[in-house]
This record gives sequence, C-alpha cells and structure tokens, in this order.
Amino acid sequence: MKPAPFDYHAPRQLKEAAELLAKLPNAKILAGGQSLVPMMNFRYVIVDHLVDLNGLDELRGIMVGDNRLRIGAMTRQRDIETSSDIARHCPLMTEALRHVGHRQTRNRGTIGGSLAHADPAAELPAICAAYDAIIHVASVRGIRQVSFRDLGAGYMATTLAPDEMIAAIDLPIWRRGHGHGFQEFARRQGDFALTGAAALLDIGSDNVVRHATLTLFGVATSPVRVETAEARLIGEPLTSAAIRAAAAAARQIEPISDIHAGGEYRRHLAQVLSLRALNDAAQRAGVEA
Amino acid sequence: MGRQATRMDVNGKSYARVVDARLTLADFLRHEINLTGTHVGCEHGVCGACTVLVDGRTARSCLMFAVQANGCEVTTVEGLAPDGKLSVLQQAFIDNHGLQCGFCTPGMLMTLTELLRDKPEPSEPEVREALTGNLCRCTGYAGIVAAALDAARRLRDEAEKPGAA
Amino acid sequence: MGAKQFGARVTRLEDPALLSGHGRFVDDVKLPGMLHACFVRSPHAHAKLMSIDSKVALIMPGVHAVLTVTDLPDSMRSQPLPLLLPNAALTTPRTQLALARDEVCYVGQAVAVVIADTRYIAEDAAAALIVQYDVLPAVADCRAAAEDDAPRVHADLRSNSASTFQLAYGDIDDAFAAAAHVFTEGLWQHRGGGMAIETRAVVANHDPASDMLTVWSGTQTPHLGRQTLSDLLARDPQSIRMIAPDVGGGFGPKAIFYPEEAVIPAAAIKLGRPVKWIEDRREHFLCATQERDQYWEMSIAIEADAKIRGIRGRMLHDTGAFVPWGIVMPYIASTTVPGPYVVPAYQLETSAMFTNKVPTTPVRGAGRPQAVFAMERLLDRVAHELNIDRAEVRRRNLIQPEQMPYEVGLLFRDGKPLVYDSGDYPRVQEQALELADYDGFRERQRAALNEGHFIGIGLANYVEGTGLGPFEGVTVRVLPNGKVAVATGATSQGQGTRTTLSQIVAEQIGCRLDDIVMTTGDTGAIAQGVGAFASRQAVNAGSSALIAGQSVRKQLVALAARTLGVAEGDIELEDGQATSLRGNKPSVGFGDLARLAQGIPGVSLPSGQAAGVEHTAYYTPSQAAYCSGTHVAEVQVDAMTGGVKILRYTVAHDSGRVINPLIVDGQVQGGVAHGIGNALLEWMQYDANAQPLTTSFADYMLPMATDVPTCAIAHVEVPNPLNPLGVKGAGEGGTIPAPAAIIAAIEDALSRFGVRFAETPLTPERIVSAMRAAGAYERLFAA
Repeated sequence: MKPAPFDYHAPRQLKEAAELLAKLPNAKILAGGQSLVPMMNFRYVIVDHLVDLNGLDELRGIMVGDNRLRIGAMTRQRDIETSSDIARHCPLMTEALRHVGHRQTRNRGTIGGSLAHADPAAELPAICAAYDAIIHVASVRGIRQVSFRDLGAGYMATTLAPDEMIAAIDLPIWRRGHGHGFQEFARRQGDFALTGAAALLDIGSDNVVRHATLTLFGVATSPVRVETAEARLIGEPLTSAAIRAAAAAARQIEPISDIHAGGEYRRHLAQVLSLRALNDAAQRAGVEA
Repeated sequence: MGRQATRMDVNGKSYARVVDARLTLADFLRHEINLTGTHVGCEHGVCGACTVLVDGRTARSCLMFAVQANGCEVTTVEGLAPDGKLSVLQQAFIDNHGLQCGFCTPGMLMTLTELLRDKPEPSEPEVREALTGNLCRCTGYAGIVAAALDAARRLRDEAEKPGAA
Repeated sequence: MGAKQFGARVTRLEDPALLSGHGRFVDDVKLPGMLHACFVRSPHAHAKLMSIDSKVALIMPGVHAVLTVTDLPDSMRSQPLPLLLPNAALTTPRTQLALARDEVCYVGQAVAVVIADTRYIAEDAAAALIVQYDVLPAVADCRAAAEDDAPRVHADLRSNSASTFQLAYGDIDDAFAAAAHVFTEGLWQHRGGGMAIETRAVVANHDPASDMLTVWSGTQTPHLGRQTLSDLLARDPQSIRMIAPDVGGGFGPKAIFYPEEAVIPAAAIKLGRPVKWIEDRREHFLCATQERDQYWEMSIAIEADAKIRGIRGRMLHDTGAFVPWGIVMPYIASTTVPGPYVVPAYQLETSAMFTNKVPTTPVRGAGRPQAVFAMERLLDRVAHELNIDRAEVRRRNLIQPEQMPYEVGLLFRDGKPLVYDSGDYPRVQEQALELADYDGFRERQRAALNEGHFIGIGLANYVEGTGLGPFEGVTVRVLPNGKVAVATGATSQGQGTRTTLSQIVAEQIGCRLDDIVMTTGDTGAIAQGVGAFASRQAVNAGSSALIAGQSVRKQLVALAARTLGVAEGDIELEDGQATSLRGNKPSVGFGDLARLAQGIPGVSLPSGQAAGVEHTAYYTPSQAAYCSGTHVAEVQVDAMTGGVKILRYTVAHDSGRVINPLIVDGQVQGGVAHGIGNALLEWMQYDANAQPLTTSFADYMLPMATDVPTCAIAHVEVPNPLNPLGVKGAGEGGTIPAPAAIIAAIEDALSRFGVRFAETPLTPERIVSAMRAAGAYERLFAA
C-alpha cells in the first residue's frame, strides 16, 4: 500500500504556503498526516502536490485572549490535551481529547487537520460546534473568519476553497463555573465514535439555565447542534425532567446508517449519551438536577 | 520535487540521503539505512508495529514520509540498547513473557519507552490505555502489561538508589 | 540427566534478538539484485477474465515484467494448487490456479503479477494494467448459495455444494421420541480471520550454479510447501529449499499453500533475479484465508433430570470459492459437538457451500469454537428452561475420569476413532469454578445491581483433539566444538518452539540451553516435516526431541564410559561434560566425544560404536491427544448502550504435562484474546455482491489492551498416556470456548430482561436491539 508519486513542498512561512496552494494543481495540505496519509497509502486519494505545513511555527500555539482562546491550526492534539490553559478555560475540549485516537496519533495530529478532514465521527469538530467556534481561514486573498457552523459542507467536506487553509480556531470562553459533559460510545478505546454527545451548561445561581449547547457527533454527516434540546433548557430551571426531555429531543435527528451502526441504534445512543452528558454537565456546574 | 534530500539523526547517527518524496519513514529506516527492527503491519496507522520516536515523541512511521523527518532525531528499537546490553524494559519483557512472535514488539517498546519517561508510576489501566495504539495478536497483552509495570518498578528502584542521577 | 528443565518457567531463548530489533522476518531478507512484486487482483467477486493489457505498464521505468497465467511454466498453467487433505465426502475438490486463466471467483483473486525495481513502482504499474472482465452474478451468502435458483459460484458447476456429509451414532430417533424435553436453537457465527500482525511474505532466489531454488516464506508448513512447489514447478524436491524464518504470527491461515508462493518462485526463475513479495494489509484482508460463517440449527433431547439423551441438527458452512484444505474445518466442528459430555445419540448433517468469497480454512480453533458454542448454548438453554444452575447441568453430563479412555462413537479428522485418551473433566470444571469464585457470584451480582450495574457470569467446556500426526521429526547432533545442533521440521510463529524443544533436549543429554543451536522450519536441515497447525508440535516434535535426546544420551554415556574406562552406570552428564562418579572424577567434554566418534580417516571404529553422536527421531502418534478445559467469563453490560466489558476471565485446562508453564500460559492468554475478538468484535463483512466491506483495521476490530483482561489460569495435568512426554497441545484451547462463555455471561447479566443470544460476534447494537424488542427501555429510560 504505497502512495502514488507526488511533489513535496515544505514552506516555512504562511505567505509561502498560501502561494503554493494558489498555484499548484491538485495540491493537498499535509498537517498531522494521520488521516490523509492512510488515504494516500490506500490510493483512495491521489495527490500531485503535497504542501507540508509542519514547518509553519506561526500556526502553532494556544493563546488566551479576552473571552476567547485562540488555537493555531497546526497545534498538535497532544499539546492541546496537556495544555493547562485549555483545561482551565475549555475543559470540554480536554476531556474530548482523551478519546481522540491514540497517543501516537495525537502526537502528530493537529486540530486544523481534524477540522479540514471533517470526519463526522471526529471529536474535535464536535467541540468546535459546541462552542460555536470561529475559524480563521488563510489564503493569498488574506484571512477571513467563518463560523464553524458554516464550515461544514456535507460528508467529509468543507466550504474551504482548494487554495485555503485553516490558520487558527477561536473558542469563546464560557463563564467560570460552567458545566461540561462529554460522552462517546465507541467499540474500543480511541475508535471513532458511533455516537457522541457534548454538553455545555451555564446555570445561574437561581438555577435557571443561561446558556446551553448540546452537540451530537457520529450521527450525521457533520456534528449536529440539537437546537430543540437547547431551547427546552435555556431560560428554564434545570430539573431532571428538563434534562430527560432535552435528551429525548436528541432522538429527532436523521441518523446515518453504515456497517458500524444502523440509524435506529444511533438514535437510541443519541438519547442515552445526551442524558449522560447533560447530567455530567449539571453536576459539574454544581447543580443537583 | 519528486526526489528530495533529507538528513536525519537516527539513534545518534546522522544519515543524509536523496529519496523519493513518497518514501515512508518506515521504508527509509528498513530499506534505505537497513534498520529492520521497525516493522510494517498495516500501512494505515492502526497496528502500531511501525512506532518510532521522532524528536522524543512516538509516531507511526508508516504515516510519515522520510522527507518530513529532515532535521529530526529519530529513535528506533535498535537505539534502546546501544551498547548491546538490553535495557530494563527489554529485560522485563523477557522475564514477563511479553513477546511471542516478536513482530509487534519493537512498536510496543517505543510506546512504553515514552510512557515510562512521562509517567514513571503508571497504573495498570494507564498502561493498557497507552498500549491501545499497538495491536498484538499473540500475547493477549498480559505479559506486555506485566513487563511495563515491572520495568516501571525497577526503574524507580534504580532511581532511588543512593548516588543515582 | 541434565538439570530439570521440563516443567520449568524458562525464559525464552528467542527473546533477546527479537527485543533488540534483530529478528529475521521474510521482509528482512535482502539479496543483491532483488526485484519487487505486486499482484494485480480481481475487483469482482465473480467474472470471466477476458483480457489483460500490460503495454502501458511494461514501458514504465523500473518495470521488469508483467506475468499472467500464460507466462507461467507449463506445469502451473492448468494444474491447480493441490488439495492436501482429500476426503471422500468432498464431492467438488476444487482449488485455484496460481494465476487465474478464465474465471475469477472472489474479490482479490490474483490475475497477474508486476515485477519492478521497487514495490512503489510495481504498484504504479499494477494500476496501469488494463484488465477486461465480463462480470457474472456472485453469491455472497452460503444460505443463498444453497437455494435451487442461486447463481453459480463457479460457472461450470451445476451446484454450489462442495460437500454434504452426516455424522451419526446411536439411536437418534429413539433419543428424541422418548425425551422428557426437546429444545432447539438457531446459531450463527460470522466470518473472521487470523490477522497476524505480519502479513504474508515470499522471497525467492534461484541460483543457476547449483540449480537450487531457495524460497523464504512466512509459512507454518515449509516442508509441505516445498512438496507443493516441487509438483507445481515440476522440479526435483531436492533442488528446492523452503525456509520459514521468524514469522510474525500464524494462527492457521499461514498453514495453507498460497498461489503467491508458487508465482514468486516461478518469476524468480524466469527473470534470473531474486524476487520479493510482501503482502500489504489490504491484500491480506482480501486474500488470506478466513473462517466461519456457519449457520447451525440444533436440538437437544433430555431426560427430566437434564441428562442428555441425544443431540441432532444441521450445519451450513461457507467454504468460500475454493477448498484448499478440503472440508477439515466443518468436519472437525461436527466431531467436536459432543465435547466432554456423555451424548448417547448424535446426528449432524453438514453442508459446505461454495460462495464467491476467499476460501475458509482453519483459524485458531479450527471449527471447534463453533461446535462448542452450539453445545454450550444448548446446555444453557436446558439450564434456563429447567431452572437448574448451568454448572450443575454440565456436572450431570460430564464424562467421568473412570470412563477413560472414552470412545465417542465418531471417526476424527486424524483418521482414527474419536477416543478421548485421558482427562478429568469434572475436576477441571471444579478448578475453574473455584478460581473464578463462581459460588460468590450471585452476591457480586446483587451488589452491582445496587450500584446500577448489570454483571453476569458464563461458563463453557471443551475437548480438543491436538497433537495430530503424521509426525514431526527432530535431529539431535553433538558437534565437535561442543555445541548441540538440533534440527526440526517444526516451525515457530511465536509459540516458543526453540525454547521448548531446547528444554527437552538439554534435560535429556545434560547440555546447557545456550549450547543448543536450533534450526526450525528449514527443509534443508531435516528431510521430512509437516509444520505447525492443530496444536501438534509439542506432542510430535516434543516426543521426537525426547526420543532423539534419549538416544544421544546413550551414545554419549557409552563413548564416555569407553574413553574414561569406567562402567556406563558411573557416568553422569551435566553442562556439556561427561563425568565419572568414581575416583578423582575425570570428565570429558561433549565436543571431544563427538570428535572421537568421527573416528580417524582409514581406521575402523571400535565394534558397537556408531558414526558421530546423533539421532533423528520421527515420533508418530497413534491418534490425537485430547486436551480439555473450562472457561468462566464475568462481564459487565451497559444496558443502555450495549457496551460489554470483561471484568474477569478464568481458565482451567488440562493440556497434559506442561513443558514450560510460561509459554503455555502465554498460549492460553493469547488464545483467549482471539476468543474475545470472536465473541465481541471480529466480523468480516461482505455486501450482496460478495464485495468485502471490512478491509482495514479501522473496520475489522481486533482486541486492544483495554479489551483483554489478564486471565487467571489453572493447570490440571492429566498426563497423556499415548506419547512419551505425556503432553497435549495447548495453542488453541484459549480460543475454543471463549465465545460460548462470554455470550452466556452477557445473557446472564441481562437475564431480568429475558433477552437471549445465539450469535457471534455479539455487537452492542444487537444487544440493544434485543433489549428494545423485549421492551426493556420503557423501564430503563424512566429510571
């Protein structure tokens, strides 16, 4: 299983990378390589030019700003996993990363690569959906911002133009004391989720839910924000009945079916995992629901 | 652009070659510089037999191109016992029957080398979780886990000896 | 006699080289001028092969040749691969041609091979080949294959049946007619594979000066391979040397002779260059043989006290597109059903159907897991219906030790009547239950329930015929430098053959383990051999090592006595020295004795002395050696997701006398891991057109370190009376009853919901499906 031949380019700066992507035909970005290279080895993907971004230090790093955390696209998943800034400000992401592949894949894999690859069962895109992340996209035309919601374009596709690359991801920081829950069901440790649920809850001292997001992944072609569940929770006191109703609302998705899991099963898991994620989030927010 | 120069340090020795861009790091190690200890089991990044250390971190060498390792320090299984004397971890594998056919073993050793360096007192669940990126079809993992825990103990004992670094 | 080795937990001699990256696997073999091969394979499950156009491929730089069937030697062009295990019941003994000529019958069947400077280039060229196929309807399912109007798996065959046979004894009609109860179960086991971490591999080199063809292959059976090659290439077997070097796992699929093992040598001869072929993982998923896809419909007739009166049923077996190992597997399965139980009457009808999938041949367990699954699920059904404890139901039916040797009433696959030579099944079951704290389980279950967890326990028994013949030889030869050369046809894919045989030889002749230089799996080192499969090597090669060692010992003692001028009874052998126990204890080294035994050129040897110090023994077993065991699995089931976690796994087994407990424990633990995979994870899936759907490790799930707990293992040594070592095989026992025990435990965990299972792998989705159908979630979601 050897890849088809390609020309290899290793730019050292963002500008150079953008120019290469603009001018080279059938070029693909090499980030962590943990998703792309297997596909190249299988020859599912034939590439004429590989633009390796691993030399772009300017795309690496985690910076805490006003109410948001900015993660460079080429930041290794392992570094995000062990980052104390992420643990403090976006604990949902830290927890999700424990389920992302294995240590070896996290050592090389990047957050930008995961978002660009857009596997429906991947954890990082789901976390970005949960946070309503803002994605910074770079090309020869400059940098533009796109909300994560507008990044997906169906099964393993994004709205990125062929010459664009993800440069950074902004995650809004939720109020200190918010609750998070992450539940995923996979056949084995580190496998892609058959279904997963990520919950964020911001609960006021009056027990009323100020803000909530419930995100499912692995169930459709891209992560799904369960807006009916969120609507059921926001502005209402947080009770176990409310959580149960929100989890039941998660059943209303149109699930995919494949050799790993059928639609009915995914629908069932969506409810079960939403319930568990919301309960975890409630508990972490210090509320007895 | 299809052929590229690459220079990397493998087990402390420098290698400079001109290779096809698509030559994987695994094939470079095995066939270009004749270090056949790193094995290839799947070429799609699941089995872990090809695990090496790149700049101190484990990586699947079947998913890297040799040209990507330009300027890097690579450690393979042959680098674990450079003077011919087996390391504490390798000896623990012998004592705990941590290998049968030996094909997955180099990958296991590299993964555990990283684990024990970062986490000198791992619990059994932590050892098992660390090993999920390496598949073994022979041992059922028991001997490998026992070897890892045994090695961790021995390394701690060595470190605690008076006069130890 | 040397230091006590037999029964010792000797650490393995193989380990240091393997640990330091100095193993020698086939891909580590590098020869000057070596070329690389890539096979071109059918993308269709069934098609007529119309034409192959290699013009574009041949002009690519670095491409040396593209070979199709017409480029093969005459002897290979129309002679298919041989059938090694003929059987009268095999009505259609069809095997494949090395390269397809007119028809392809499974996805992945090889139609051509590209030889190039590198594998990379060979793959580029393979992609440039234009192959025209006329696609034919394919049969994906053995049930569909059995239908009258089914498409034909082979266009020229009128039926898709490879074989039908019936095994029976006793009065089955009476058994059922007069039964207090009859219960019926339908069972289904899905396809799976051996999936060694090293894929298949072949390197071939023909030396024109000596006309010697040397082939390195990742095979379990190099002597059989050499014989097959000799037939296919029409070459004198003496001009072929086949070597199985270090092999990264076998588990059954590498015991078969594959087309690539003939094509690569043919290419090497044709091109006059060494040729290497390393299978990639995708090819392995397509072309390495697999096992299972069996549908069983079984009924059990019992007395009111749960004693078995009879068992009958039918089994439908998917044999894939060809039968390279005949019908060994379904045959073994049908003789394994009675197991360790008294079954007065038995009848099983088996149909082996062709399908357009890769052939099925034995994978660890070789049909026995399926048989045990059927029997053990039937017994669990009896326990459930009669409300008797499952261990008790088994206890009432186990063959008692005083009934040994026990004649089952069937003919086994070794050609002999199925007679259990020895065993103590009740004791083994008791040991397992005690070690697993079976009696304390209901309390554990209650405690878990209080925490909101569902746990369950299951047990299963098995009997396994091991140590199959015809033989496995060992040569022991003392060298003039004091080393002891040992050669055997036995091979190793991780089972520690070198260490176990060294232990036996060292103990017999009194040399040091380190002084033994062993050659395994090399047709050049010993004249005859068979290879590794059916857990046979400890019995066969072990016994041969013992016999050869005993003979060499006698020779050393006689030579030493003569040399030192003392009586033979005064000689002691230890650490490579023969020492007299008398006087000032003079001694002479083994090397010197060997040198003496070579004599002096032109001078006769003293009368009674043989040439050299050596002996070759080919122990031939009279029948299989029957080992047995009991597994107990304790699992936790997440009732909401269907997720299963194995909490605890216990094995008690009788594999006779144990040569090296470290190695045997490793075999059991490794076998259990396969069993867990079979029970919960591994499933080779195909679509309706027989296209494989699981062709990578992302889709086909192997157990990880987090899926396999460390087993508690108890050895019950009931020596085998039929071989000089008293050993029985131990390589597959870990796998055989595991699915039965695990599925039983899952059912037990969810018993309050009334769900029942009779398939493997049992996926979380199927568990949830059954729970939903039983109405379980109305309750559980409200909780």
